[in-house]
Amino acid sequence: MRLLSEEQTMIRDMAAGFLEEKAPVDALRKQRDNDGGYDRALTGEMAEMGWFGMLLEEEAGGVDMGAEAAGLVAEEMGRRLSASPFLSSGVMSAVTLRATGRTDWAAKVAEGSAVVAMAIDERVKHRPDAIATTAAKSGNGFVLNGAKRFVTDGAGADRVIVTAITEDGLGLFLVDPQLDGAETRDLKTVDSRNAADLRFDNVQLDGAALLALGDAAQEALDGALRVGRSVASAELVGVSKEMADRTSAYLKERKQFGMALSSFQALQHRAADLYTQIQTTDAVVAAALQAIDTGHDDAELLSRVAKAKAGKTASLAVREALQMHGGIGMTDALDIGLFMKKARACAEYLGDGECHGDWLLRQRGL
Amino acid sequence: MTDLQEFRAAIRAWLEENCPEEMRQPMSEADVCWGGRNWEFHSDAQRIWLERMAARGWTVPTWPKDCGGAGLSGDQDRILKEEMTRISARPPLQSFGIWMLGPALLAFGTEAQKQHYLPQIARGEVRWCQGYSEPGAGSDLASLQTKGVDCGDHFEVSGQKIWTSYADKADWIFCLVRTEPEAPKHKGISFLLFDMTSEGVTTKPIQLISGSSPFCETFFDNVKVPKAQIVGERGTGWTIAKYLLTHEREMIGATDSALFGSDDLVEVAREALGVDEQERLDDPILRGRIADFLIDEIAFDAELARAKSWIRAGQQLGAESATLKYTGTELNKRRQELIMAAGGLAALEWDFANAAGDEKASLWLRSKGNSIEGGTSEVMLSILSKAVLELG
Repeated sequence: MRLLSEEQTMIRDMAAGFLEEKAPVDALRKQRDNDGGYDRALTGEMAEMGWFGMLLEEEAGGVDMGAEAAGLVAEEMGRRLSASPFLSSGVMSAVTLRATGRTDWAAKVAEGSAVVAMAIDERVKHRPDAIATTAAKSGNGFVLNGAKRFVTDGAGADRVIVTAITEDGLGLFLVDPQLDGAETRDLKTVDSRNAADLRFDNVQLDGAALLALGDAAQEALDGALRVGRSVASAELVGVSKEMADRTSAYLKERKQFGMALSSFQALQHRAADLYTQIQTTDAVVAAALQAIDTGHDDAELLSRVAKAKAGKTASLAVREALQMHGGIGMTDALDIGLFMKKARACAEYLGDGECHGDWLLRQRGL
Repeated sequence: MTDLQEFRAAIRAWLEENCPEEMRQPMSEADVCWGGRNWEFHSDAQRIWLERMAARGWTVPTWPKDCGGAGLSGDQDRILKEEMTRISARPPLQSFGIWMLGPALLAFGTEAQKQHYLPQIARGEVRWCQGYSEPGAGSDLASLQTKGVDCGDHFEVSGQKIWTSYADKADWIFCLVRTEPEAPKHKGISFLLFDMTSEGVTTKPIQLISGSSPFCETFFDNVKVPKAQIVGERGTGWTIAKYLLTHEREMIGATDSALFGSDDLVEVAREALGVDEQERLDDPILRGRIADFLIDEIAFDAELARAKSWIRAGQQLGAESATLKYTGTELNKRRQELIMAAGGLAALEWDFANAAGDEKASLWLRSKGNSIEGGTSEVMLSILSKAVLELG
């Protein structure tokens, strides 16, 4: 249960209607089987609906609706495993470009004519502070050296926002992956989504590639991560709700021992426990998104708790869904496996429970 | 200034002037003001604070003015609570009359009953207890057997209740009694009010694994209850009981752990175990469990805040109260387990006979009852699977 305003209900219903038609689970399945990347035309249509400009100001062609609105769209995407660079380009990169005043590229993101990915991870676990990539000053520009792993939507991206260490601390760079010395290796991942490893070997960047340095860079990055975590959490809530709904429906329909599975208390209680977990998760994710929109001090904390909790709940939801569907749940013909793969990837991306739990305890002096 | 801002300013000024300094200190369970005919105030400050708040209708801020309240809106009530919290003002009065009977009478009582009983509750003059559970009727509460025999102008009530909180200290009881023995079990129950000093009422305190407790066994032996003291129609007591159970669940699930100063898990762990060179708890495995817990706790806080905002917006929580009750009580059991684990050997020192209610071991043991009282976790899950998920 969630109280939505009229405008929010409209955003959610429009997203649900559009995605049901254009990007349902079957579309992801087809994309996987055809070995395809994301659908550029679909990105264009989403952009037309304003989705890639939800967090951008009007001067950049955005609609400035805020994180909560983006969360509503993400939740519907999670319900359908819609494959789109929405989170990477439309949310995280858009927020970074806005914070660093790059209206030129922000406008391209908003209209869907360019996809901009975030290259922030170098280790196998999310550690945006652990950066070995360097950008050394060279004349008017910089020379970039290093490697980034698992860049979401990094295959075929028009630009990539890269974190690197400079002599003035953290630097954020808008990098063309076609430049000499830049190498993109497309990855096949368990969730059949677009990802790539990037290498930079003496890549020459001109001055315009620099988005921000030092504190400004840190602030922009923190802001993007905060929104990214919260919107990714909303996507995980969508995954969880869809799994819970499908499982409840299946329990009512499937008969064993002469009665519906839904009449077994052992299963009723597991389904109900999952429901309570999803309610709690939904509440903290909504709180995180609202805190971002209202500029509340708790936004950082809530976005981390939301991500940790949403990852755990989605993991529970897909595991319970599979077990309660029984043998058929193990088959690729059913969608449960696709949701399970998505839940695993999305829980890992931008930090899991351990990552954010550790941050939380450090905050509390433990 | 908006109306609400003015309201806040006025409240802030009034509280500043009228809340005694002693009533702005953290409280333990022993500091609660329960009121009642035999209440002995712990201090002048406690008495003055109750009198002043009651005079403004602020012991029950949202009740109508002619029932002893102040008729505050949801927003005004929130502001009053926020302003009280701001100066750490203690609640002037707590009682089952405020939490349970009041809402029941407001929803189901006659005008005469509201005018008679509610102001007494608001002023802390009469202390109430709740007669629900019986030895043979726990989770299956509707199977209760305490009987009320129709004797013309009164019922004669006989039977036994259990888990009656503060029965030995209460002045009156609101009690579920089977008055229609021939009717189906849910339709034969009436909601009766009577004086605990009536002839035939006896009480006996119950000792728990956590030490002494407010719980009692309560015995009724042909207690005469005038028929005017029935709330609602005969045989509709179950409807009222269910309404109140929903209230109770919201309350138990939403109990502010800060109210009774439950030890802060993080503090306990740091003090007992210390930190390593990196300022991390010097027990990495327990640290991980604490992190897991805190994530769930903060998420639940958001859920509680959301439920409160729904109530303020005039929404009924309905079956959602079962979610809060289940999640909140299971979480508290985990909290107490972790506090004991963090406290280690030091948390084992405990004198059962003289145990104070706010000691680690007492709180840990007492928390085990959280997922039993007010509807077990299993009952909550059954409610959710039927009412929300429509499984069956």
